[in-house]
Amino acid sequence: MEAGESLLFLLRERVGLPGSKNACEQGECGSCTVYLDGTPVCACLVAAGQAQGCEVVTVEGLADGDELHPVQEAFVEAGAVQCGFCTPGLLVAVHDLLARCDDPDEPQIREALAGNLCRCTGYEKIFDAVRLAAGRSR
Amino acid sequence: MTMTQPLTADGVGASARRPDADAKVRGDFAYSSDLWHDAMAWGATVRSPHPHARVVSVDASAALALPGVHAGLTAADVPGVNRYGLEKRDQPVLAEDVVRYVGEPVAVVAADTPELARRAAGLVEVAYEPLPALTDPERALESPALHEGGNLVRHLRIRRGALARADVVVTGEYEVGMQDQAFLGPESCLAVPAEEGVELYCSTQWLHIDQDQLAGCLALPKEHVRLTLSGVGGAFGGREDLSVQAHACLLALRLGRPVKMSYGREESFAGHVHRHPARMRYEHGATRDGRLLYVKADILLDGGAYASTSAAVTGNAACFATGPYEVPAVEIDCRSVYTNNPPAGAMRGFGAVQVCFGHESQMDKLAAALGMDPVELRLRNAVSTGSTMATGQRVEGPAPVAELLRRVADRPLPPPAADDPRLLPGGTSNSTRADRLVRGVGYGLSVKNICKSAGYDDYGTARVRLFAHEGEAVAEVHTAAAEVGQGLVTVQAQIARTELEVARVTILPADTEVGDAGTSSASRQTWMSGGAVRAACLAVRARLLERAAALLGEPAGALTIGGGAVTSSARSITLAELLAEGDVDETAVFRHRFTEALDPETGQGDAHVAYAFAAHRAVVDVDPELGSVRVVEIACAQDVGRAINPVAVEGQMHGGIAQGLGLAVMEEIRLRDGRILNPSFTDYLIPTTMDMPPTVLDILELPRPDSPYGLTGVGEPPLLSAPAAIAAAIRDAVGPAAAAALDRIPMTPEAVATAVLDA
Amino acid sequence: MTQFLSAADLRHAIELKAAHPDATLIAGGTDVMVGLNFGHRQESRLIDISRVAELREWSRDGDTVRLGAGVPYTRIVEELGGELPGLARAARTIGSAQIRNRATVGGNLGTASPAGDALPPLLAARASVEVASSRGTRAVPAREFFTGPGRSVLETDEIVTSVRLPVAAGPQQFAKLGPRNAMVIAVASVALTLDPEHRRVGCSAGSAAPTPVAAAEAEEFAAAELDWTGGELPAPVLARFGGLVAGATSPIDDLRGSAGYRRHAVAVLARRTLTWAWQELWRS
Repeated sequence: MEAGESLLFLLRERVGLPGSKNACEQGECGSCTVYLDGTPVCACLVAAGQAQGCEVVTVEGLADGDELHPVQEAFVEAGAVQCGFCTPGLLVAVHDLLARCDDPDEPQIREALAGNLCRCTGYEKIFDAVRLAAGRSR
Repeated sequence: MTMTQPLTADGVGASARRPDADAKVRGDFAYSSDLWHDAMAWGATVRSPHPHARVVSVDASAALALPGVHAGLTAADVPGVNRYGLEKRDQPVLAEDVVRYVGEPVAVVAADTPELARRAAGLVEVAYEPLPALTDPERALESPALHEGGNLVRHLRIRRGALARADVVVTGEYEVGMQDQAFLGPESCLAVPAEEGVELYCSTQWLHIDQDQLAGCLALPKEHVRLTLSGVGGAFGGREDLSVQAHACLLALRLGRPVKMSYGREESFAGHVHRHPARMRYEHGATRDGRLLYVKADILLDGGAYASTSAAVTGNAACFATGPYEVPAVEIDCRSVYTNNPPAGAMRGFGAVQVCFGHESQMDKLAAALGMDPVELRLRNAVSTGSTMATGQRVEGPAPVAELLRRVADRPLPPPAADDPRLLPGGTSNSTRADRLVRGVGYGLSVKNICKSAGYDDYGTARVRLFAHEGEAVAEVHTAAAEVGQGLVTVQAQIARTELEVARVTILPADTEVGDAGTSSASRQTWMSGGAVRAACLAVRARLLERAAALLGEPAGALTIGGGAVTSSARSITLAELLAEGDVDETAVFRHRFTEALDPETGQGDAHVAYAFAAHRAVVDVDPELGSVRVVEIACAQDVGRAINPVAVEGQMHGGIAQGLGLAVMEEIRLRDGRILNPSFTDYLIPTTMDMPPTVLDILELPRPDSPYGLTGVGEPPLLSAPAAIAAAIRDAVGPAAAAALDRIPMTPEAVATAVLDA
Repeated sequence: MTQFLSAADLRHAIELKAAHPDATLIAGGTDVMVGLNFGHRQESRLIDISRVAELREWSRDGDTVRLGAGVPYTRIVEELGGELPGLARAARTIGSAQIRNRATVGGNLGTASPAGDALPPLLAARASVEVASSRGTRAVPAREFFTGPGRSVLETDEIVTSVRLPVAAGPQQFAKLGPRNAMVIAVASVALTLDPEHRRVGCSAGSAAPTPVAAAEAEEFAAAELDWTGGELPAPVLARFGGLVAGATSPIDDLRGSAGYRRHAVAVLARRTLTWAWQELWRS
């Protein structure tokens, strides 16, 4: 590993966890959002060396075996997945949002997800998925 | 997952679950950028820094001297014809003596790691002799030719009727900037040398056209270039042309080793075509009571350095230049030209988006000149079934244009802005307050062709195999149709469930081992490949009934399929039993009705398979002093014929509206001397959650007589008139004096503020 | 190959920087990594200061907040909205939630971009920047910290350790203009503070000059002209104030906006922030 490379590169190319996505590699799209010691960050903006000794949870870590996490299930059911390239980052961001607030209103959802670009859905079904998952978790 | 569901649940008309969704939410779905082969090398591209230059020499020796660098290839290493292109093979795989745009590939290298490959690409020395660059499309026709035959790609003239003297005449000049598809998944692929030829795993919109072009470039028979679709991270037209494919194959074949290529975002901006920038001059003549008498339009499209799909885009821009209106006389000239700007090609809406901004701006101007409500003016001129379009083609099938407009116009308006910064222009940037805003409402109506046009022999192919597994009938569907996010895999499974009344359907990966599916564009794939799947299912069904008839000793016509069995008046036999004697395997080709080319002199002809229509109403809040805008709500009404999967239809509409919003207010590739100034998501801005307003959809289902299930294509219409409606709403908000200067999209805050200040 | 050095604590960080003055400090990484990922910059050495606990704390001492250079913006939004409302407002406009979870005031200072959103509030509040090196520590007024785009008075062996800001003595505003409603680099921004007790105004603009700039003349003008006993804000005062703030800028034409538009936007935002702060002052 080269310590100056990004955590995203480390995950995708060295560790074999390509679930976190590489859409912009400059923190503008959120498709590489992962938890770093419990905090959602853009993996592309973390130097690999900075993550040493930290707990990293990626989209691959959300499901419980065969059982999808309720946020994942809500994305599937609501039609929030089209091409799906933004989905891994959004799932982590929504997972975090609902962990902090179990009943976010629309402006809260919009502000919380402003860093996750989606080019397919116009976000509407993503908001539906957030509300669906929130309703079920309450 | 379909195991527990009743038969034919999740069939046509249901919002069935995507078969690929579980893998996508788990992060397990393999996009082309995720592909991996233990033995693979990485490719990287050397690109021209000049918009126009002679290539004097290319020297890869310094790159090749690095340990771990294995190849440095140039045009001389292309074994076949060093040309590709969708309509005209005018684009070199690697530049020969001349480069024609900034970012044009000149050489490719391969190395053991991606970092090393990038470094090696930087070490390839290319000597250029810069040539004068043609970057203003207005000057293309008088400039030295960039290609043999001159700088005109296509000029389409449409002439119909005689221009009459009009009571009211309005003219306008409009401009549309260069939009990027901005799909999130970067161009990438994995090429693996095979015993014969090469296997390519890639993201594309059309496997067979890639195969066809690659075979020519690689000097291989087509059957030795086998393509499999990998996960596609969005397309929107930007994956119709080749990008990494030929380069990766060249390197893999040279090395005898798998080669992966994957662009970063900056390279992606150079790696695919963009939406044609357009300059349009319009003149509309009408009677005092608001009947259109004639439309004159002169449209110039900047095609950039290579042809790509410019000719077809030119055709579309010309055909739909007058919009979904009855116009007795037209005089339309649409030209696309070569320049030294980045190549333009397909993007969702394909020529109809640009002219929609033109014709709808004109309709608003005309309404103002007549003192008439813009909705009323549109209603008065809207086409309906039986109307004649500018090309002389009669509108067949449903054309509920007036109805669509009424539906969006009759919606209640959203409440006035509240003082939550997150719902105001600027969002949390705190630049304004509700009392500083002005509200505007605008409308847009649009029309576009569905499927390929002008005599193109378009078809889809599907193979359906029915077999028994664990006592149950399973249908396996195989096509080469590209799933790019739109949900085609879902639709294929739904059709198989409905036609064969089986619960279990498997969709095989799309590849070139089955016949051509055509492109996942032109809003055609559900119609064409859906039609092919349906046809193959019907053939399978007929074979099943024949078998059952023989076994049951009754005529096939007396039998019914359902509940996992074939039943006669007396007896019943399960599908699994029927399939015990062997699988039923049928391949079908589906064609739409024939179209004809347009007359080269008059532009008249029945060139289109079908028309689709959409209406938009946009409500915006504008901060006139700063020029910033928040779109408050978009209402869209669209006739989809039949919603095969309602949730997917809504998803197409939401997404199309979002891309239209982007073009309306923020998205533009900015060029200086042919160079892209903003090749990043920091400066090429696409709408965020804070920019997209709530959308109100109204989906009409008026079945077409000539398509599978009566459906019509849904992908493009929701984008078409969204920019026009938003632009109209901004003009409405700032008032007529400032509106006059707002003749270009994207309407940036600076443009709006400047128009307000100058007014 | 980039050498990656991880600082365990502040002393260690200072030692590393002294030993490797050419090294680039990395905390949140939101600037440094962009350059590295795009291959636009090569770094021979990175010194990671994201684990330096001393940089990640803030404390209040009477009327002053000492804000560690490595406190991420999310915490500034969540924890300092009362003490430092201007900075907290600015912090909320920075990037996305993911960016705010990592990015720091120290990073904005070190990068010294005129578009750093946290910078105008520091200038408006007359903050002081504390820097440390093996030679000792020094405090630099935020208004004197920047020398040009990407340039500051920071010596190559120095590290920004904290910023000292007065606890808000009155309303504070921050407003920013960009071509998108989130996730945007400012075309122009304005920060404003009111201190009614001392009858002082602070005002600074971002993205409108080679560095963030304080609008000293505008501040003095407003301090003198405002009716601090609670009167109206006369339109001519407001207009002149906006003009003076805009006059303090020296914007250029670039991809994101023309000089003229930036100057116009600064004037508008200056008038607005003053209006809103004034309303807030007399509402309470």
